[in-house]
Amino acid sequence: MLTVVIFLPLLAAAVLLAAPRLSGRAAIGVWVAASAADLALIAWMWWRFDPGEGASGVVDGLAYEVDLQWIPTVDAGYHVGVDGLSLPLLALTGVLFLACAVYSLREPDRPRTYAALFLFLQTACLGTFASLDLILFFVFFDLTIVGMYFVISGWGHGNARASALKFFLYTFIGSLALLVGFIGLFLGSEERTFDMVALAANPPLADSPVAGGLVLLAIGLGLAVKTPLFPFHTWLPDAHTDAPAAGSAVLAGILLKLGTYGFVRIAMPILPEAWQRWAMVAVVVGVVSVLWGAFVALAQTDVKRMIAYTSVNHMGYVLLGLGAAGLVASADEGARTVATVGAMYQMVSHGLLTGALFLLSGWLWSRGHSYAFDRWGGLARPAPVFAACLAVAAFGSLGLPGFSGFVAEFQVFTGALQATPVATVIAVVGILVTAGLFLLALQRLLTGDTTVPSQDPADGGEPVPPTGGTATAVRAETTTEIRDLQGHETASIVPLLVLALLLGIVPGVLLEVIEPAAAAVVELVGR
Amino acid sequence: MTAALAALVLLPAVGGAGLLVTGRRADRVAGPLALALTAGALVLAAVVAAARPRLSAPFLGIVDGGDLRLIVDGLSAVLVVLVAGIALLVTVFAVADLPADAARARFFGLVLLFVAAMLATVTAATLPALLLAWEVMGATSYALIGFRWDEPGKLAAGTRAFVTTRAGDLGLYVAAGAALAATGSLVLADLDAAEGGWADLAAAGVLVAALGKSAQLPFSAWLSAAMQGPSPVSALLHSATMVAAGGYLLIRMQPLLAATGWAATAAAWAGALTALVLGAVAVAQSDLKQLLAASTAAQLGFVVLAAGVGATAGGTAQLVAHAAVKAGLFVAAGAWLTALGTKQLAGLRGAARRYPGMGAAATVAALALAGVPPLSLWATKDEVLAGVEGTALTVVALAAAVLSAVYAGRILAVVLARPTGEEPLDEEEPGTHRIPLPSRAAAGILAVFAAGLGVLALPAVADALKAVLDAEGEPSPGLGDLLLSGALAVVALALTVAGSRARPGFAPALERSPLASWAGLGHLLSPRPALALARVLAAVDDRGIDRAVRGVGLAAHRIARLAARADDGGIDRAVAAVAGGTRRGAASAARGDSRVIDGAVRGLARAVRRAGSAARRPQTGLLHQYYAQAVAGLGVLLVLLLLVR
Repeated sequence: MLTVVIFLPLLAAAVLLAAPRLSGRAAIGVWVAASAADLALIAWMWWRFDPGEGASGVVDGLAYEVDLQWIPTVDAGYHVGVDGLSLPLLALTGVLFLACAVYSLREPDRPRTYAALFLFLQTACLGTFASLDLILFFVFFDLTIVGMYFVISGWGHGNARASALKFFLYTFIGSLALLVGFIGLFLGSEERTFDMVALAANPPLADSPVAGGLVLLAIGLGLAVKTPLFPFHTWLPDAHTDAPAAGSAVLAGILLKLGTYGFVRIAMPILPEAWQRWAMVAVVVGVVSVLWGAFVALAQTDVKRMIAYTSVNHMGYVLLGLGAAGLVASADEGARTVATVGAMYQMVSHGLLTGALFLLSGWLWSRGHSYAFDRWGGLARPAPVFAACLAVAAFGSLGLPGFSGFVAEFQVFTGALQATPVATVIAVVGILVTAGLFLLALQRLLTGDTTVPSQDPADGGEPVPPTGGTATAVRAETTTEIRDLQGHETASIVPLLVLALLLGIVPGVLLEVIEPAAAAVVELVGR
Repeated sequence: MTAALAALVLLPAVGGAGLLVTGRRADRVAGPLALALTAGALVLAAVVAAARPRLSAPFLGIVDGGDLRLIVDGLSAVLVVLVAGIALLVTVFAVADLPADAARARFFGLVLLFVAAMLATVTAATLPALLLAWEVMGATSYALIGFRWDEPGKLAAGTRAFVTTRAGDLGLYVAAGAALAATGSLVLADLDAAEGGWADLAAAGVLVAALGKSAQLPFSAWLSAAMQGPSPVSALLHSATMVAAGGYLLIRMQPLLAATGWAATAAAWAGALTALVLGAVAVAQSDLKQLLAASTAAQLGFVVLAAGVGATAGGTAQLVAHAAVKAGLFVAAGAWLTALGTKQLAGLRGAARRYPGMGAAATVAALALAGVPPLSLWATKDEVLAGVEGTALTVVALAAAVLSAVYAGRILAVVLARPTGEEPLDEEEPGTHRIPLPSRAAAGILAVFAAGLGVLALPAVADALKAVLDAEGEPSPGLGDLLLSGALAVVALALTVAGSRARPGFAPALERSPLASWAGLGHLLSPRPALALARVLAAVDDRGIDRAVRGVGLAAHRIARLAARADDGGIDRAVAAVAGGTRRGAASAARGDSRVIDGAVRGLARAVRRAGSAARRPQTGLLHQYYAQAVAGLGVLLVLLLLVR
């Protein structure tokens, strides 16, 4: 079942590549159908999933488990399974890729290859979240980098090749650090295995603090680059700015979660002793990321760069929560569990809201080939639906109660305060700065005189009537003829926002899956 | 009855959300729907105030008090009725006052959401419920203040209000964490039992949140910006909702404040100083709405003071009475703005005489604001002052009470004056020159309450209120206190009115003072430092970290080039040289091989051959030669023998 979920998109990609004469629309149709079918399967898995009582997940209570031998000499296998940690992220992957597929319905540029690439990427992402074997995890993890590289360099704009290369090299080097760490775990384990469940059940390097610390350092570095955390985040804005909208949405919504997911799935349960010892580092890195991301986002003059930096900010909350979960001595288990639940909720919430924000920023590019704040203005007049969606997404992203972000951030703060009061009080300022920056962005984009970038024919936009003269040039700058959100754009963005709203009002649906797994992680870290 | 409580919050919330989603198509039905829903809310509020139900909806799972819990106790009962009542009257006013082409669905949708959030705030019993309602209220106030977003500056005012109040809200996030740490629960009532450092942190968080929401010092300036909103929004925000929420929260959390000690004192002083400073700011205003806004902060200062000194019944009474008074005055100001096109005091000269119905209501409300007996704020302010101990605090509070008479006097002196016909009208918008009946009715009803709540001066009524609020035993003002404050108010009011007649130049002088620009409080909330910090960090990010990363990449590239050069010039050449040397060595070895070894072998063979042919020569086959050879040989042997021996 799980294997079908993982490889169904890849199968569809193979079909697309094998049928070169398929029309572009049909290819995207196949993509939408495959993603929808995959999401339906995930929904069914969710329906049948029993989250279990108390602390369930990570080492027991795994559902849809498959364990096949692959490289028996090092005990690496095709071991996949689902628990409360991975199921929400698998579902998020399904939702976001379907949204991207719908959003790309009118993709004019090599749609068949584009669809195949995204389907490949979906398999890689699903595989990473479902992996219970370090080598398998690493393989899928690296495949996502490869897939995203081609998306950015092939369908990006601006300085796409350079950004794609930067993204690839940076995250690839990060993944090498990860591999070193994995090998360290393998060598440190008694059973000499790469199996995550076995490693978490019997943590390696428990009584060698130096080796444990070094292995955690390697894994932490690899994941920090991917997440990304300060100061390893500078590939993010470039990659986002030059990626196509759907690529940005997947990059921010899913790929960043591979990093944070690695922390809860690998670093915390497998190296509990080292995580406890170095939890304060995670907290500090988290808080610095929160504030750094927020303030740098505030200063941006480019919509997409701004959203990219808010991702650094939001991922900082995740690290704050996870770090607090490791401060065993200074907080009781209840509070640490709350912080962990918040951190995991944030992963899902950020995926939905930032995905929507990036898809919305794609609207700007498709209408005016610019993300610069100073080239847009008064958009609420010609494009009220866009304005409403942007306002809702912005308020969701700034953590307004009623949206999923609040459920996440409230729990992170509430749970982390006992463990690390000073850091938490500092981090709380982050939600004020994000509030300011999003409201400022709304003000710049939506109000004032309606301004739309003048269409330059060289950009591939509609040509300006060749009348010349200053008067017409001014009029071209302030044209109000701009199309509001189209059907496929609305159909991809609005469901993400509605989901974020639902998860903010009735969080129980997601919490009942996350909470036992978070409790399990906290219990494993507390060993 | 749980259903009634749920409906009280959900009806306006769902109705409001529905209007927002439907958009301009619902403009026509929006007003009537909002009237129906707020009227329904008022009925439901009365029902829950009598029945005192509680309800809980699941929210966060694993933490005690993580649910959305609403409980109606005495304090909540008073406030739900107040909020629903004011909401209904303001909606009546808004339906009449909004221009015909306004986006009514959006307006009333937001108003309904806002009211629902306020109703949830005053009934919330857990921190998640409180914070949810609290922040949704802030966000809807942002949208309401920025309702006319296409006019410059309106949305910026909303942004300012939201960001300022959210700065305070951070306190509630911290308080929630402290509550969990201290008590293991997020139930508000449990916080009363918190102890130690966590209790201090929670109290500080609650205090900051309340001061931000209630526009107390140092957060006051957002109220000035909030005046950019439409008049009905001002009437709603600055009476029973939004700013009232801060005062309410402090009254609700009074046991926590008292438990820490310092927090109660801080609240008392923050309230008293706000009442004084913002009272002075109000006196110096030239714009009626700005004057009323400053006086809102000042009057709520008495509520905060009450919470600080533990006079919760007095504080609640002050909150209720102020809501009626201020809503009435804002309705009047809004109606005049619509009718006369100005809210400047200069233009409003004689406004009460132009429109006598509205004028009468506004006069009553302004007299109540001044604290003139036997009207409401006179009675409630004395209830608050009865709880104040300490000379300094009492003097500050009394001075603030006198200031409220002064600014109320400024309003009365202007609007009751005989119009000269030369007033600058239609300055801000074209006036309609009429005040519709619903506006007059709303203001009239509010004026009745503004006057009628003066019955709280009667000990029997005050004690009944205390019984409702579970605040028996709190001190009540004596007859002397009541007479003193009443006399002070009347004298101050009379002097102000007389003074502004006799010395018309005094008011403009005041309006030029720094107080007129809110005493520079706006600078405290300036976003500039944050923006500057952001730019610096962004520069560090671009030029520092990113360049470092790029540098690492470039360095790697350079090292690679060096390595390539070393590879080409060093290793490869060495390899080539080795190969060449080997080839040369092999060649010389080959040469040596052919010349020396092979030569030696051939030379040996030659020598052997030569020796062979030489050895063949003596073997001639001739006997005589053999003999001769034998003789020669023997001869040699003989010589050898001789020589050796």
